[in-house]
Amino acid sequence: MSSKIPMPIRRYLPPAIGGAVLLIVWESLPRIFDISTLLLPPPSAVAASMWHLFDRGLLVGNFLVTLVEALGGFVIGSILGVFFAFLVTRSELIERMLLPYLIGLQALPKVALAPLIVVWIGIGIESKIAIAAVISFFPVLINAIVGFSTVEAEKIDLMRSLVASGWQQFRIVIFPNSLPFIFAGLNVGIVLSITGALVGEFIGADRGLGNLLLQLNYNMDISGMFAVLVVLALLGIILYALVRFLHIRLVFWAKPDNLRAGNN
Amino acid sequence: MTGSKMPLIDIRGVRKQFRSRSGIEIDALTDTTLAVEANEFICIVGPSGCGKSTLLRMIAGLETITAGSIDIGRARVTGARRDIGLVFQSPVMLPWRTILKNVLVPAEVLKMDMARARVRAHELLALVGLEGFADRYPDELSGGMRQRAAIARALMHDPNILLMDEPFGALDALTREAMNLELLRIWQASRKTVVLVTHSIEEALLLSDKVAVFSPRPGYVREVIDVPIARPRSAATRTDPVFIQLADRLRGFFQAEPGGGAGH
Repeated sequence: MSSKIPMPIRRYLPPAIGGAVLLIVWESLPRIFDISTLLLPPPSAVAASMWHLFDRGLLVGNFLVTLVEALGGFVIGSILGVFFAFLVTRSELIERMLLPYLIGLQALPKVALAPLIVVWIGIGIESKIAIAAVISFFPVLINAIVGFSTVEAEKIDLMRSLVASGWQQFRIVIFPNSLPFIFAGLNVGIVLSITGALVGEFIGADRGLGNLLLQLNYNMDISGMFAVLVVLALLGIILYALVRFLHIRLVFWAKPDNLRAGNN
Repeated sequence: MTGSKMPLIDIRGVRKQFRSRSGIEIDALTDTTLAVEANEFICIVGPSGCGKSTLLRMIAGLETITAGSIDIGRARVTGARRDIGLVFQSPVMLPWRTILKNVLVPAEVLKMDMARARVRAHELLALVGLEGFADRYPDELSGGMRQRAAIARALMHDPNILLMDEPFGALDALTREAMNLELLRIWQASRKTVVLVTHSIEEALLLSDKVAVFSPRPGYVREVIDVPIARPRSAATRTDPVFIQLADRLRGFFQAEPGGGAGH
């Protein structure tokens, strides 16, 4: 690492080269092998489609709809996940009443609930939020349960020796101690929440990137579909980065090594 | 010292049985009797696994008593009580809190006046030699410094009794010697009643007014030896003829045990 090349170049040049190579290969593949650009549109066509969709006002609005659905569902599902984990780990009675069913539900593919939820709540944004919430609830729940139950015995002894109440133990030791676990669940949940919103839009919606994707599909506008996929990837990156940012900020004492390495 | 006949901590015929995983009852402590006078510094010395830490946890009210009784100031111990400060073998710092906020944990649990608690916490950090480290996080400090912070935390709520479970056992030999002298200085300044568990004969003699010698498991107090060495003591105390003579005598206890090592 004792190079004289400035830091930003050293850091961003390799991925830039990799991306450029990928784009060039993708651009030239249909020409070289004579594949129809309708089936495998080159990046230039995708970029044109993206501009076209943007120009017709279809990208930003639908992007925001799906963003709100995924993020709203994620926030609701995560809060419920932490709350139920709290209940289950606080009371043995509640644990024995609820946990078998929560684990049973966990085995069910949650997207299978999506048609039902759309029937119940309708084709509006609310049903997508509900689906995203259901799907991101479980990883947060499971990880929070593990986090709330994984506390060094001596930390609890310290609290007990001070005659701390159950709530004080939770607030001062158990909850902060569980944050690395909860964030492991949140990292999974945020990605799943986009899947949930998208599946909901596939089943029945009049807005959102999933709805747009289906419409383009009906019209066989494949380069348009690619453009939507790019925007979806962007959405995923933004939401994941948001959770990562909170992760680094809030769980500074237990940073994963790969996060630390990129930051000095 | 005071001549009063009522000991502060009165341990009478205490037994502790554990049920092992294979269902066998194991005696950890059998018929342990010990009296600790107010403002006395007493060390419990014994081989590993003799139940000395269990006894300390029973005094702290963290462990049930199978038979016998422990009274503190005429009150039967039935659970944890807030006039005890506890120091564990490891510092048990909360890594998401600064050193100052770790020291303030007892103040928070006991709902002390926070402005005054903060002043006291800074005084205690000065007492243990950590003035400049109030706003550092535990992982920025060495093991010895973290253990000093743990001692400051144990003194935060001004308990009558300080219970220390091999507090320097995890430190290297040089740090340990320095910490012993530090503890002498801190004790001279605060004059708590201290019960310290160790398996170091030198540590016990340097620190205490009395040494309680434990037998190997099942443990009981074989003998209580007075340490008539004048205070204040220092590193030079180790060359005092009385010190050397008592160290020999204590070693004799453990060497006599077939197969039972006394540690270092």
